[in-house]
Amino acid sequence: MATVRIPTPLRKYTQGREDVVVSGQTVAELLENLESSYPGIRERICDESGAVRRFVNVFVADEDIRFLDNLNTPVGEADEVSIVPAIAGG
Amino acid sequence: MATSAAMLMPTGYEQLQLQLRSARAVCAQRITDLIGNTPLVRLRNIERSCRGVELWAKCEFANPGGSVKDRAALGMVTDAIARGELAAGITLIDSTSGNTGIAYSMVGAAFGIDVTLVMPENVSTPRKQVTCAFGTQIIFSDPLEGSDGAIVLARKIVEAEPGKYYYPDQYSNASNPLAHYHGTGVEIWQQTEGSVTHFVAGIGTSGTIMGTTRRLHEYSRAIRCFGIQPDDAMHGLEGLKHIPSSIVPPIYDESILDGMIWLPTDEGWDMSERLAREEGLFVGHSSGANVAGALRLAQQLTQAGESGVVVTMLCDRGDRYFAPLKWERNYVW
Repeated sequence: MATVRIPTPLRKYTQGREDVVVSGQTVAELLENLESSYPGIRERICDESGAVRRFVNVFVADEDIRFLDNLNTPVGEADEVSIVPAIAGG
Repeated sequence: MATSAAMLMPTGYEQLQLQLRSARAVCAQRITDLIGNTPLVRLRNIERSCRGVELWAKCEFANPGGSVKDRAALGMVTDAIARGELAAGITLIDSTSGNTGIAYSMVGAAFGIDVTLVMPENVSTPRKQVTCAFGTQIIFSDPLEGSDGAIVLARKIVEAEPGKYYYPDQYSNASNPLAHYHGTGVEIWQQTEGSVTHFVAGIGTSGTIMGTTRRLHEYSRAIRCFGIQPDDAMHGLEGLKHIPSSIVPPIYDESILDGMIWLPTDEGWDMSERLAREEGLFVGHSSGANVAGALRLAQQLTQAGESGVVVTMLCDRGDRYFAPLKWERNYVW
């Protein structure tokens, strides 16, 4: 079970929790399971085609999945997955 | 008796000051003298779909630090020096997502003032590198907490060692909007020869929209000023704030605005790409959002059969946001 770090704007879906534990062998599976536990969260991360929105960055163990295997990037049991939005303001 | 239109024209003294300022810009005493007085460029290809409306944009990327933030940084630093709150031996510290940091660093270097910045760790690499080049120290805050996390951390650092730092706090510093009141607003009025009908700008600290709006409304209350915000808390318009889900900047006063445009990230990003391809202006996403908002206003005017002169800001260049290429990701510069 990987730990997913949730950015401030999405914590309303996770009852304010900063990180949640989710199962999944790949980022795609992980996002699917995240959606089942916290309905509505996936569409904030992915677009209609299912791809990660271009302004959202997903990191697996500090590596941007765009430089790995995107949604097929494998996720290890002890990995930390971070969802990082753009920087706002000033 | 003078008509109201004649009273709004720049006086002879003001025109002379303007000429002197542009003459000084050719041969500056120091780099900070080159801040402001940016060119205004017409967006002829973008405005084509809006009959009767002109679209103009201030080239803020032409500031020496490369962004609109030079104006606020210079204003805050010079005002603090004048009040005796900032001097050699005192370190300037603030939280910033990047452009203000570069501006503080440049101004600090020019004035011999040490600068420490708190930034979310995920600010773009080029901005970290540019900031460090000026000798600035960077302290990183949690990327998941965004710019609000950087604000909180900066406040903690200052509280721990109050005598060491001067904390301008760009979100609550009146010198920030004042830089636009004395600069941007006056320049737009003069560059459009008083023909500006609409001003629109994204809200970050809100310094640009607050100061410029106050000045333009003094010239003519008929000028309509609009803020732009991302339409969602989870957005990709770097530099802009979604106010309903953020720490509200104390300098922000929504009541002076004539309206708000809520913009989807994609609309701003797409406009950045259009600006590069159709106008030859390679600018960042906040500039794209500004022009997208300006275009919305222009289209509304055209649909209503009205004419207008819509002005917005091109905050910085696009090359500040290059993502690292795969092969150079672990390259040590």
